[in-house]
Amino acid sequence: MEISVTINGTTRSDDVEPRRLLVDYLRRTAGLTGTHIGCDTTSCGVCAVLLDGVPVKSCTVLAVQADGRHVTTVEGLKSNGQLHPIQEAFREEHGLQCGFCTPAMMLVGSALIADNPAPSDDDVRWAISGNLCRCTGYMNIVKAIQAAAAASTES
Amino acid sequence: MFPTAFDYAVASSLDEAISLKAEGGDETRFLAGGQSLLPMMKIRLATPAKLVDINRIPGLDVLERTNGHLRVGALVRHADVAASDLPAGAVAAAAPWVADPLVRNLGTLCGSVAHCDPEGDWNTVLLATGAEVVARGRGGERTIPIESFIEGMFTSTLADDEIVTEVRIRAPQGRSGGTYLKLERKVGDYASVAAATHLELADDGSIERAGVALTSVYSHNLKVPDAEEALVGEQPGDEVFAAAAEIAAAACDPHSDVRGSADWKRQVVRTFVRRGLASAADQAREG
Repeated sequence: MEISVTINGTTRSDDVEPRRLLVDYLRRTAGLTGTHIGCDTTSCGVCAVLLDGVPVKSCTVLAVQADGRHVTTVEGLKSNGQLHPIQEAFREEHGLQCGFCTPAMMLVGSALIADNPAPSDDDVRWAISGNLCRCTGYMNIVKAIQAAAAASTES
Repeated sequence: MFPTAFDYAVASSLDEAISLKAEGGDETRFLAGGQSLLPMMKIRLATPAKLVDINRIPGLDVLERTNGHLRVGALVRHADVAASDLPAGAVAAAAPWVADPLVRNLGTLCGSVAHCDPEGDWNTVLLATGAEVVARGRGGERTIPIESFIEGMFTSTLADDEIVTEVRIRAPQGRSGGTYLKLERKVGDYASVAAATHLELADDGSIERAGVALTSVYSHNLKVPDAEEALVGEQPGDEVFAAAAEIAAAACDPHSDVRGSADWKRQVVRTFVRRGLASAADQAREG
């Protein structure tokens, strides 16, 4: 089936099988390997992307469902060569260890702070409760998302 | 992992969706949120020949209070229910505990109802509060009380050509309260045990209407009418709540598994029903 998807601001058209998962479409067809595959069973959240701005698990969405819609992956966070505040904050606050869950954490965090400019600890922990960090680095992930919120409010 | 090959069609109207489904019979499935269906297809528990995507049908996202009901359309996501001020009692209590935030952004209440997973949350809530399922097929529309909609594990009384267009959840009347207590090993896991309770009080403070239902402790979401009957007409209090909890614990039939032993689950049912009813009564008295 022919689909047209806007990924990180660029629209592309591809012929995909209906059974192709959005995560595979992003990684294999579009070559954007920043979106990771973890459990592949809708449990871990590392494949999170933004679909029309809303965080979803791309292992549990068909590529054909994204036809005509906007997808944001970690590669789309930076703009004009500048890191997104959430990327800066993850670097500053040591919000990552192995880095595997980081793209999803940053995308979910960016969606949260777009809605809630000053999230509490509980707000952040609730928002990322569908995302696993196997390094258990949650303390700094929470700090990083809050730091990004503060930086975004200042600027 | 990827599903077996299937055909895919985007329906632009309910009539089109129903006729596509009627053509394909039970080999064709509707795709709304897909948060249960796609995982089942990936592990090949479900192998539909065709998916009919209903996500682009206009008008199915209604969420409103009207005529004594909360109307929840087929495309209302769990996150919409959780974010809305309209739900009350057990419905409001359950919404934030369905799956996890990412799944709630896509999964739908109506889809969960139609799926009839005995470990799903919504059917338990609806059994406690009272609800009707609105189904439409080639022959027109009918409303089905939730008690007769659920037939068994993953089985509803929907016909092959029918689609759930909305669920009408009875709005609590007068002084009322409700809870959904859910024990899960981690966010997003199925309930090890969960219990929904619902109470409405008469002017003299006695219980006029009661709802008690359970998740993950029977082969389907389990309503406990005997516990409800034991409550109606009584003044709310620890003794009647304990008695209702005892009836619920006796009515369920949990199995020992990785989430815990059958005896332990039964004890959680006993505690959750008693605690849930006490909290529902507090809400009703304050309201």
